[in-house]
Formats: sequence, C-alpha cells, structure tokens
Amino acid sequence: MAFTISFHKPSALTNTVKILKRSLNTTRVLANKQMTVRDALNSAMDDEMERDERVFILGEEVAMYDGAYKVSRGLYKKYGEKRVIDTPITEIGFAGIAVGAAMAGLRPICEFMTFNFSLQAIDHVINSAAKTFYMSAGLVNVPIVFRGPNGAAAGVAAQHSQCFGAWYSQCPGLKVISPYNSEDARGLLKAAIRDPDPVVFLENELLYGNQYPITDEVLDKDFVLPIGKAKIERKGDHITFVAHSKGVELALDAAKELSSVGIEAEVINLRSLRPLDINTIIQSVVRTNHIISIEQGWPYAGIGSEISAQIMESEAFYHLDAPVIRVTGADVPMPYTKSLEIAALPQINNIVDAAKKLLGV
Amino acid sequence: MITLTTKNVSAVHNTLQKLTSTWQCRNLATEATFDIKAFKLHKLESGPNTTVTITKEDAINYYKQMQYIRRIETAAGNLYKEKIVRGFCHLYSGQEACAVGMKSAFRDQDSIISAYRVHGWTYLMGAKPVEVLSELTGRIGGVVRGKGGSMHMYGKNFYGGNGIVGAQVPLGAGIALAAKYLGTGGVCFTLYGDGASNQGQVFEAYNMAKLWNLPCVFVCENNGYAMGTSSERSASNTSYYTRGDYIPGIWVDGMDVLAVREASKFAVDHCINGNGPILLETVTYRYSGHSMSDPGTSYRTRAEIQAVRMTRDPITSFKEKILSTNLATVDDLKKIDNEIKIEIDQAVIKSKEDEEITLDELASDIYSKPIESEHRGVVPWQKIKHVRIGPAFNIV
Ligand SMILES: Cc1ncc(C[n+]2csc(CCOP(=O)(O)OP(=O)(O)O)c2C)c(N)n1
Ligand SMILES: [Mg+2]
Repeated sequence: MAFTISFHKPSALTNTVKILKRSLNTTRVLANKQMTVRDALNSAMDDEMERDERVFILGEEVAMYDGAYKVSRGLYKKYGEKRVIDTPITEIGFAGIAVGAAMAGLRPICEFMTFNFSLQAIDHVINSAAKTFYMSAGLVNVPIVFRGPNGAAAGVAAQHSQCFGAWYSQCPGLKVISPYNSEDARGLLKAAIRDPDPVVFLENELLYGNQYPITDEVLDKDFVLPIGKAKIERKGDHITFVAHSKGVELALDAAKELSSVGIEAEVINLRSLRPLDINTIIQSVVRTNHIISIEQGWPYAGIGSEISAQIMESEAFYHLDAPVIRVTGADVPMPYTKSLEIAALPQINNIVDAAKKLLGV
Repeated sequence: MITLTTKNVSAVHNTLQKLTSTWQCRNLATEATFDIKAFKLHKLESGPNTTVTITKEDAINYYKQMQYIRRIETAAGNLYKEKIVRGFCHLYSGQEACAVGMKSAFRDQDSIISAYRVHGWTYLMGAKPVEVLSELTGRIGGVVRGKGGSMHMYGKNFYGGNGIVGAQVPLGAGIALAAKYLGTGGVCFTLYGDGASNQGQVFEAYNMAKLWNLPCVFVCENNGYAMGTSSERSASNTSYYTRGDYIPGIWVDGMDVLAVREASKFAVDHCINGNGPILLETVTYRYSGHSMSDPGTSYRTRAEIQAVRMTRDPITSFKEKILSTNLATVDDLKKIDNEIKIEIDQAVIKSKEDEEITLDELASDIYSKPIESEHRGVVPWQKIKHVRIGPAFNIV
C-alpha cells in the first residue's frame, strides 16, 4: 500500500500554486524501492547499534523471540546477549534499570511490548527520565529511547487499545515522536537514539507491515530526520488536516476523496508531538483558513486540544474562517465488539464529512 | 449433580459423603482412593493429604468439567482460525486440572481473580459454554455482551479477566481484604503465571497480605513459559512456591486434578483458620502457543509438547484413574464426551449467529452513576448517550 504525492492541477478555487517548493528530504518516488515500517525500525536500530557501542536494547521477548512484533528481528543473533537483552515481565523494574544505565553513560532502547504496559513503568519515564536533567541543573543526562506500539490495535479491547500521545506529550523533559511511514520511522528512530534526551517513540502495530516507498537517501547510514519538525505530506489550499501516526493515513485517504469534489486538503504529518511544530501548522492555516486535527486517541485533553489551543494563542486564529474541529477517538474505553470498535475510532468518512461541514459545501 | 443452596452446605455435604461411602454398588465402585504425588512444602510443618478418596459423583463431575474446558478451547481456537474471534485468544488446554481442582474446593463465599487465560474459569464460575463462546465472537449473548472478548470475562465471585500481566495479584489481595473486612469468611484465589510472578507488585501484595493476615490463596500457575520465555530465563528462583518468602507455600502437580483439589482445600482451611495467606504453585503445561498468533514451537520442541500430551495430560490421566478403579465404564465416559461435543457444537453455531450489541451501547456502563448524560463521539457534533445496562453484582 504505497502512497505517492500527487500534484493536482490548481482548481478554480486555488490561484496560487506553491507546489514546487519541496522540502529537502523529499519523498518523491525515484525508484520503486519499498520498505515496511517494521524493517525501517529494525534497520534504524541496527545502524545505530553498529555506529555506537553504547546502544543496547532491552525489553520483553526482544532477543530470542525476535520481538513480540518482530521489530528487533535478527539483532540478537547479530549483537548477542550483551546488547539485546530479554527481560522478565517487570516493566517498572527494567525501565528503571534502563534509565539508570542511561544516566551512567549507556544509550538504552527500552522496548515496551506495547505502550499499554508502559503504564506499569510510567514513574520511571516521567520522574526518573524526564525530570533528572532539570533537577540536576544539567549535570545528569538521560539519553534513552522508550519505544513500542501505541494506540489501538484490532480486537484487543479496552486495556490494550489506548493512545498515549497526549499523556507523554504533557511532560516537559520528554521528546515525543509518533511516526507514520517508513521514512519517518527510520529517520526519526535514528535521531531519537542519537538524541541526548529521553525520547518516547510511539509506533503503531497496524502500520508495521505496511510498505512505503523509500529513497536511497533514506537508506543512507547517516540519514536522520529532525525531531520537532512536521512534514507536509500533501499540498492543498482549502483546508488543513493535521494528524499523526495512523491518523495521517486516514487524513490522506480523506484528502483523496475530497479531491474528487474539488476540495484540496493539505495534510500535515506531525511526526513529533513534543516539540509540536506549530509553525508549520500556522503557516498552513494562514493559507487554508480551515483546520481539522485527526487522532485516534481520546478527545479530552488530547493532541487536537493542544493544537487548537496553540492556534488560539497565535496569529493563525485571525486567519480562521471557521472553528477548529477535532476528529478523534470516541470518548469511551475501547469495546471488543467489532461494530462498536469501528464506531469508537475515526473513519475516513468522518473526516470527509467534517471537512465539508467546515467548508459549508 | 446435586446442587445445594442451603447455608450449611458443608454439613449436608459431609452427610452425603458418609452415605455414599457406605452404599454398596454391585458393578461400579462408589468411591476410590489414590496416592498422589508428594507435595513440596515451604514454611509448613505438614501439608495436604497424599492419600485421596474421591466419590464417583465428584470424579464424573471433574471429568466433565475438564472435558468441557478442553472442548470450549478447541472450539475457540477454530473460531479464531475462521477469523470470527479477533485479537488475542489465549487457550487453557493442558491446564484444565488446575482450574477444576481449585474450583472443587470453593465454597459459596470464595472468589477468584486471574489473568487473560480465563475461558475455562468463566465456564466453571457459572457461565454456559455458549456464553463463553459468544463473548469470544463479540456477540450480545456473551458473558459481558461482547464488550470484553477473550481476555475480559467476569461473573459472580469472578473478578476477571485481566489483561495487564501481574495487575490482578494486588487486586486479589484486595478482594481478600474485603472478605476479611466484611466477615464473609471467604477467601480469594489469586491466580497468575510464572511470567507474571516477576512483577514487582506481586511481591508488594505478598507483603501486605502477610502483614495483614489476608485470606488470600496466591496461585502461581507455572506452565513453564511466559510467551516465548521459559521460566528459567526469567526467574532467579524457579521454585515459585517459595517466593512468598514468609508466606507458606506448596508445590502441587497441576496436571493432577486431585492433587490440586487437596492442596486447594488445605489452602482454604489455612486461610479461614486465621493463618493469613498461602501460596500454591501448580506445575502445568499449555499445549497451544501463547495466543493464537504464536505457533508456540520456536522456543520449545514439538517433542516436548507431544511428551506432555502422552504422559501427563490431565484428562487422559484422570480418565485412566476413573476406569482403573471402576468408578465409571468406558461407555459412560464416551456418552459424556458425546453429550459435551453436541452441546459445544451447538454453542458454536449459536455464537456465530448471535447479534452484536447495537451502537446505542457504545457509551454504556462507563460510569455507574454518570454525571454527564452524553459522551463525545469521534466528531464534536456526535453525542453518544450514556446508558446503564448493569446490574453490578458487587453492589446491592
Ligand atoms: C504488564 C504487561 N506486560 C506485558 C504484557 C504482554 N503479555 C501478555 S501475556 C504475557 C506472558 C505472561 O506469561 P505468564 O504470566 O507465564 O502467563 P501464561 O501466559 O503462561 O498463562 C505477556 C508478556 C501484558 N499483557 N501486560
Ligand atoms: Mg506461563
């Protein structure tokens, strides 16, 4: 399931064409090289382990089983048990050990089998990892990556289907990344591992197996993406969609559908939830005058709420022709029931309808 | 089977037992006595009996219950393969003797809490097989209306059905605390796996349970693996029955329903006599992979699984006991097997035909006493009415 950036002919409504401005790390499809998100993450860890002896992985089933979702496949074989460590099921214990190791000069990648289980360890993520640099007046660094699948998977009910984007983004001291495709996954994980601060890296199980086009540049051993920069996945002048992770996929699909009725949506892939690239959002809103945020997490105090508030606090507010709309997961715990699970998560048609409503068409 | 509803269940039960033991039956024995594998004890002077007498009625009952669980699990596995059961699906096949043995020691006031491998327990705690299977298919006839699925099933005195490994352990100690506080005389069987036993909160719960003398029976169901990690690779001390330190413990052959029964009765007595918590380690085996997506053969050999099936299977070995002591005939058991098969086959059909709850229930039972009447849907103008379906069995 590849995506390509399609440049649309300016419709009657659009008079300025800015499509030629492309960011440096273009995703323009040169060759038909494809990579799954899983392989992108795997190759990122492999590169960084090769590059830096201090990088090691620990977590449940990461070594001999190759990872519960096979993200660390082959790494135990290649790097051995010193650097790829299977832990018992004891999140608060191994997260604490990882943070301690980071304080003392190592660069741990701490895998949570899923982020639902990071709740067992959240004290070490917040109190030990995020706040130590500040509390020590810059004396003690905590270069650690907490990573694993986040958000709703399919049919796994309430305790296993939650987005922690808003939870972790609320805490100063953490950098929070939520990649969408293979380029994001590879470039941002490599950046996260190299970063001297604690990074929470929120993957999505349902995207692991997806293939995305990838360039030679992305495959380069020194390819990294800047943390804190969003990417415009699709240009458009009528309305801005801002999303992260799986939400980007929904936004792109909705944009495609809207395009057939002459509405061109700009799709911003946040990539990073903290810092939030509010400037890219503002610049887009100034042009489109309409914005919808899209996320799978709960609405209450969610990522969309933050974006909406930051827009209100910026000049972008004066450029809005209509209120900000948040398309989110429903405000309910996740049911197992299939039809209810669908209703609890944002769908393409919800975005399409919201956009039409906002634009008054 | 006789159902007893009176308060003095045990008195009636004792009389019945005396009666049955004096009955003379020409062809079939009415009871039989077995020697079971020795228990290993930790901080206990003496343990459960190793010479066990069992009535015909009990024997048939245990056999039936184990067969029901095995059949339910086979059906669940098939429904998963047909993609009707979604998400996770953790099967209990191989571990039946643990649940059936424990349940046989339960009195009306006793409770149980476990992790996500609970299809069998749900059935033992009173759900019909069709209610278990319909939960798996996510339909309205399921024990929790299809909202919980494989991992989250509940019932009276059955507190789930928990998806977070180890989290049920302090909850179990809390249920025991409530029993003590309310003076119900009940104990709580608090179950967790060999993998879960490494969670810090397990040790926190041990400490408080002992400190406060809570009537809690901690049960570590040691099936040798936590997903792909064998117990030796995750625990510095694999003698799980000793890991409560100051809490007495018993090692139990979890493949022998009678051994589990004796140990469980002993544990209940220990608790209700005011001795505080006790820890059982039931050594058992899971035949299937961890969940249905795990083939279960990369971290152990097929030969290992086969060897357990051949030599330690809880149902086969118990069947042999029943037959060799003349408690039942081959035909009796065949008849039971057939009846169960027919019932489960029908339950499978029903669980597939059943409807899902409607979207009106998307915001059902989020609160017991909701303060706001509506919850936001996926867009601001979509409001979902909060509805109460309940009724909670723990609040009267
Ligand atoms: C806190 C937490 N961490 C990790 C998981 C993922 N997980 C589910 S089951 C399991 C293995 C548990 O093994 P064990 O306790 O031995 O129970 P068994 O599956 O053998 O019955 C793991 C790691 C989880 N559900 N919760
Ligand atoms: Mg286990």
